This record gives sequence, C-alpha cells and structure tokens, in this order.
Amino acid sequence: MLYALKIATRYLTASKSQTSLLVLGVAVGVFIFIFMSALIGGLAEFILSRTVGDISHVTITAEDRDPAILIRLDGHVLAVTERGSARTATLAEAVTFIPLIETIPGVVAVSPQITGAGFLTRGAQVAQVSVTGLEPGRESAILDLDGYITQGSARLGSGLIVLGETLADDLSLRMGQTLRLQSSTGVSAVLTLSGIYDTGNGMIDGSSIYVGLSTARTLFGLPQGVTRIEIKLADLNAADATALRIRALTGLDAVPWTDGAEQLMEALNAQAQTGYFLKSFALITIVIGVASALLLSTYRRRPEIGIMRAMGAGRGFVIFVFVTQGALIGLMGGLSGAALGYLALLPFPSRDAFEAGTLPMDITQGSYGLAITLTVIGAILASILPARAAARVDPVTAIGQ
Amino acid sequence: MTALLEVSDLVKTFGTGEAETRVLQGLSLTLEAGEMAALLGPSGSGKSTLLTILGTLMKPTSGSYTMLGQNLVAADDRALTEFRNRHIGFVFQFHNLLPDFTALENVVFPTAVREGRETPAARARGRDLLTRMGLEDRADFASAKLSGGQKQRVAVARALMNRPELVLADEPTGNLDRASALQVMDLIAEINREEGTTFLISTHDEKIAGLCRRQIVVGDGVVTG
Repeated sequence: MLYALKIATRYLTASKSQTSLLVLGVAVGVFIFIFMSALIGGLAEFILSRTVGDISHVTITAEDRDPAILIRLDGHVLAVTERGSARTATLAEAVTFIPLIETIPGVVAVSPQITGAGFLTRGAQVAQVSVTGLEPGRESAILDLDGYITQGSARLGSGLIVLGETLADDLSLRMGQTLRLQSSTGVSAVLTLSGIYDTGNGMIDGSSIYVGLSTARTLFGLPQGVTRIEIKLADLNAADATALRIRALTGLDAVPWTDGAEQLMEALNAQAQTGYFLKSFALITIVIGVASALLLSTYRRRPEIGIMRAMGAGRGFVIFVFVTQGALIGLMGGLSGAALGYLALLPFPSRDAFEAGTLPMDITQGSYGLAITLTVIGAILASILPARAAARVDPVTAIGQ
Repeated sequence: MTALLEVSDLVKTFGTGEAETRVLQGLSLTLEAGEMAALLGPSGSGKSTLLTILGTLMKPTSGSYTMLGQNLVAADDRALTEFRNRHIGFVFQFHNLLPDFTALENVVFPTAVREGRETPAARARGRDLLTRMGLEDRADFASAKLSGGQKQRVAVARALMNRPELVLADEPTGNLDRASALQVMDLIAEINREEGTTFLISTHDEKIAGLCRRQIVVGDGVVTG
C-alpha cells in the first residue's frame, strides 16, 4: 500500500505545524517514559548496591547438628545435649569445594571465613563485637575493606586487627595500639590495631572487627575448616540460580541473599510498580493525544475522504491512510523522544559512579527500544478509531459539504 | 447502439414516517453507449439523487439498475467501489480536487488507488489527459493554485483517467464563467466523439443542454421528457 503511505505522508506534511505539535506531544510522552525507566532502574541499582553490594550474594553455612539425645528403650527421652552459643558448627570439608565454586560462571569472589562473637578490651573499656576471620589476600572479597579504610591498611596478618571508626572512637583507639580480644569460647589474644575503616553503616563500624583466619582459628578453637563461605557474584540477580547450582554441585547449604530480604524485594517491587504506573500514564497520554488529533483530522478531511471514496478508494484504503498517519506520528515521536531522553540522561554519572545527593539515573536502563515500540503500537491503536470513522464517511454527504 | 445502463421503476425515499420524502417515484431510463445526454429539471426534481444512484454512491429504495450487464442494486459496497473505479467517472460542480495534491496527482488518483501506487504508465496517461485539457504546463502545480476553469478541466481529466464507459457530470459548468463553461463543454463533446465515452450531464443551463444530443427532463421524480 505504497500509495496509502504517500497520501498519509502528504497529509502530515501538508499541516506541518499541527504535525510538529503532535510529534512533540508524543516525544514528550516518550521522554517521560524513558526518564522514568532510567530513574526507576537507576534507583533500584543504587539501592541494591548500597544495601546488597557489600554483602555476600550466596552464603554457605554449616548446618547445626541436631542435639544429641539419650533415649530409653521404651522411647522415653532421658537427656538432651544443650545447644550452647559457644559451640560453632563448622564446614570441615567445604574448603575443598572452593576451587570448584570459583569456576562457576558469574562468581566473582569466594571468601572462606570463621565467624563468632567476642569481647574487645582496651584498659577498663570493654565492647561486645562480632568477629570475622578472613583469609589474607581476600580481605576485600566481599566487603570492600580496602575501599573503606581511612587509616592504616586492610591487610590482615597474624596478630593484627582491623575495626570500624565508631568502635575506635568508643574505645579511644589509635593505630598501632594493642587490644585484647576474648572469644565466646573463652580464648584470648592480644592484637595490634592495623587498620580503621568507615563504611557508613553504623552496625558494621560500631561492632564488627576483622582478624586473620589463623587468629580466628586460635580464638574459636577450630584447627581446620571454616564456619561459613561467602560468595560474591557479578550479577546479584543471579543469586537464586547460582545458589541452586552450588547446592547441586557440592551438596552444601548455599543460601542466596534474597532469602530473608523479602522486605527489600517488596520495596523494590513496589518501586517498579510505581514506575509501571507512571509509564502507563505516559503511554495513555500519547494514545489520547494521537487519537484526538487524528479524529480532528478525520473531521476536517471529510470532503476529501468523500472524493476518494467516489473515485473508487475502498474503506480499507481509507483506514490504511489514517492508521499509517498514526504509525508515522508514533514512529517520529518515539524516535525524537528517545533521542531527547538519551541526550537528557547523558550528563548524569554512570551507574558505577552514583553519588549520594544526586539522581541515580541509569542511562542504560532507558528502555529506548521498548518505548519506541510501545509508542508506535499505541499510536496505531489510537488511530484505529479515527480511521474507522473516516472509512464510514458517506461520500454523498461529505462531497456536499 | 447498445444499452449501457438501464434503470427501471427507481424509487428513492429519504426519512421515515411523516418526514418521509419520496424523491424518485418509479423513474425508468435507458442510456445507450456513446450517448451525450443532458439531464434537465427544476431544483428538487431528483436529478442529483438520480446521478448519485447511477454513480453507485447511493442505493435506491426499490427498483432495478443494471449497467454493463451487472445488477448494481444487489452488489455490496466493495463490489460497487471497484465497479465505480473502473467504469464510472465523476465531474462535480465544485471540481472537488484533493487540495494537498498537484494537478497530475489528482488526475492519476483513480488509477493509483486501484494499483496501489503511481505507475509510470499512469503518470504518462495523466500528463496526456492534462495536455488534452490544455494544462500541460500546470501538471505539477498544487491544485489549490489553479483557477476555477483549470480546476474543472483537471476534474474532467481525472474522470477520464480509467477510461470509464460512463461519466456523470453534476452541473460541471455551474461554477464557471461563460467562456470557461464552453471550453469545458467543448472538451467533453470532443472526448465523447473521439472515444465514445457516455456522458450524462445534469444542468440548469439550456445552452449547455443544447450542446448535448439528447435531453432528458426529470420532474417530480420521474422522466417527463
């Protein structure tokens, strides 16, 4: 239907100012669609990077053994071993799977750890702390300790300790000072403060301390094995699938970060829903705008439609002319809006450089193709009603106008 | 000569109940191929309604209408549209050209709409017709920039584009000065003579009617003379 395309194009170019305004209206709608996509997507990235970026995406923990029980022959339970907080379940053989886990696609880093509770003493001051023993060389595998260090170094050698700025302030600590750390198993060690970090997270900065893996073995009485293995992924959305794969490959209890993060996921979903609503409204605006403009055009061109029908143009031809106009308006508006949206997003920092206090716009999440496609489809749908009205024009009355 | 079209007992009413108006009241008419006939009659006599029905733009309330052996009363909209495009040309009082198109594009329209594009052959015929109408230098002018007489000649060319057997002209000179009117009528007579195209021309003008070989007078919805 090349000829219908020619007529549609001629109608659009014949009313340049009206067509320009219409295309501009559609472009603004598409611009809002793209802007919202980039904002909602960027915001989700920002929130995830701030909340989940520094935590393990898949964690392997030792399952606590069932408490030992003593049962009489008749089934009566005589005694049950009490589960003490000092007893730590271990992954005795798990470390042998680390090379295998590291080969799984998407795995960025693997960090075997020994964790537990303890008391940090400096003179008369005592603080309850959460102790994490890290393998030297893997200090920044999960939490970017190197990036958060404000004094000293994140390197964890034998007899060294790294802790947060809040805890250092609470205990009035300075670099190089010695401290006593007593674990929940009752073992003590004297350690030298070798690094202070500031993550901005009060919980971590105020109560988490890091020591070398060998120091942690001594403190918690674990000559071999670890208590947990933390795994970081390139794509944190792949955590569920990767955890399943690790479970299948190793038989270990691999848990994705999404387990227990229901509230965060709900919040992100709610945010995404809000985005869908706003984008839908933008699309509805486009559809209404195109439909009303084409209806007006149909009314204005009634005599011409009548002439065309008298000259042998079928109803299908007339419908095609008006639907083509809608499609062209949608395409032009979609392309212009996408270009405008892209240009408007260019000055914003990339997703890797989001900063607090600025809009976290992600130019890569503008949904440009989707915006153009939906706009063209919407404009075509919007033109169907005017096109049908045009096709129903009675040539006799239209020519007589 | 053979009959090109034949209408019999044609009735057309508008409105219903008390508001019903019977415009054609059993009109019968035969047009032979190659005729050039004038349709005369006072306003409200049913001339325009008859032309509209003969042009397949409207169906009669009752009666029969056959053209080229086809029963056009029973045909559906799609068939009538195609028939109209191939066999009937129209010239209206107010030219009714497409204002956003050039003279040539207007002339070529009936063929282009059928073929789905403006073929080189169609454009060549369009230019030939415009040359015949004395408008070869106006072919690429926007139709809105042409004078009244020029527009009407473009409309005649458009009506002839698909080599129709019948051209229906409703007051084709009613909006023109005397010189332009005679020029248009000369062209119509020439085409009728040379190509054998049948013309049925509705007019109030006795002089214009006098240029036609046959005069059909309509009164009160029937042929009276």
